[in-house]
Amino acid sequence: MDPILRRTPLYDEHIRRGARMVPFAGYEMPVLYTSVVEEHMAVRSAAGVFDVSHMGEIEVTGATAAAEIQHLVTNDISTLEPGRAQYNCLLDEDGGIIDDLLVYFKAPEHYLLVVNAATKDSDLAWIRQQCPRATICDISDETALLAVQGPAATAVLAPLTRARLDTIKYYRFVETDALDVPCLLSRTGYTGEDGFELYLPADAAVAVFRHLVEDAQPRVLPAGLGARDTLRLEAGMLLSGTDIDRTTSPLEAGLEPFVKLGKESFIGKSALIRQQAAGVRRRLVGLETVGRGIARHGYPVLHGAAQVGTVTSGTHAPTLGIAISLAYVPAELAAEGTALDIEIRGRPIAARVCKRPFYKRSKN
Amino acid sequence: MATYPIHLQYSTEHEWIAVDGASGRVGITEHAQAELGDIVFVELPEIGTTVTQGANFGVVESVKAVSDLYAPASGKVVDVNGELETRPELVNEDPYGKGWMIVIALSDPSELHALLDAGAYTAMVENRE
Repeated sequence: MDPILRRTPLYDEHIRRGARMVPFAGYEMPVLYTSVVEEHMAVRSAAGVFDVSHMGEIEVTGATAAAEIQHLVTNDISTLEPGRAQYNCLLDEDGGIIDDLLVYFKAPEHYLLVVNAATKDSDLAWIRQQCPRATICDISDETALLAVQGPAATAVLAPLTRARLDTIKYYRFVETDALDVPCLLSRTGYTGEDGFELYLPADAAVAVFRHLVEDAQPRVLPAGLGARDTLRLEAGMLLSGTDIDRTTSPLEAGLEPFVKLGKESFIGKSALIRQQAAGVRRRLVGLETVGRGIARHGYPVLHGAAQVGTVTSGTHAPTLGIAISLAYVPAELAAEGTALDIEIRGRPIAARVCKRPFYKRSKN
Repeated sequence: MATYPIHLQYSTEHEWIAVDGASGRVGITEHAQAELGDIVFVELPEIGTTVTQGANFGVVESVKAVSDLYAPASGKVVDVNGELETRPELVNEDPYGKGWMIVIALSDPSELHALLDAGAYTAMVENRE
């Protein structure tokens, strides 16, 4: 029997707009409205809005919150000032990645953790166990999350909010309003474009979404999980549970900038130090298919006749017009330009290790 | 509303065949291309390959997914739409015209009785929706 799928506050809105709904992380989510490529290109050229209300929001408060989060995650949250967000990993004792998350520092003794939907319940249990003294509050159900992404994001959001958007730098946020409703507005995203994420009371989400899609200039296209995946992959961003999981470490995944081994202690630190001392044996690399074919999740990566790795994510990249993928390969085969093959339907197709991110927006 | 030309015959796997004498031109239906979405890759057999009714003869990929193509009839492939190699989107834009895939020299025309006419195919697709 199919498990009962949960719905976001925007479910009826998606249906009304003809979205194709799919099960994702226990939720019924829009994979596309009209076309993945059209929605993808709208985000690259103007703006798109994504309903990502399935993500989990967890408030951590109290006198011990800072110390307990510092022990829980890989990055150094002591460097944060109020109004800053930070990318982090949640590790197990063996250095495996339980999930990736954002840590928002709202005020002294007050943090917001944003985790992936698929692992939210297990993350929450882990966080409660590892932060026994702080107050942990799951506010996911009363929180809607909209991601407004694209070069026109500032222009389309400005009429909705009193916030001075041009003063909010990347990975900064403000607690402000959107259509007169309280809103945490952060300059973050998962597309490789400029953009914002809006954390809203659940019952305010439809009005903000409609305003963006119907009244904004230029037009904001509703975009689904399909475009979200192609955009994030072009931008070289990782998908928890697919590119990273408990069998992979942040050192293998290229997440060293977000792991502060100099920090006094954190869960998984000693395992990572051992791994680093022994040498990181495999690396997550970007691959561009040179021959004809599209690499997909699970396809073998070959060096000569031997399988040396596996594709974790792969797609046709709409902006680039090529097939791109991510795969773990032995460290000695991870250098840019290394020629490898990807086995596609039983045949080796030539591929090359290339720069990550595959796509980088031009900044003015 | 998807359309299904009356002069074509259809497989339950959403391929069409336009029979002309001893050969048939093959593609995928309007319904199939709409379900797949943006088609970005088509892999077809080489000329001279033998295909079998109901068996896989190639692959069509949208941005998100890989789908097998099934031959609506058996025979030898005598022509292949090479333009799809560089313009796979033709399958979306013109599934019954420029988006055709292969031409089969039919080895057993009696097999065609197993296919659906436009009315039966329309009924099948609409029941599913």
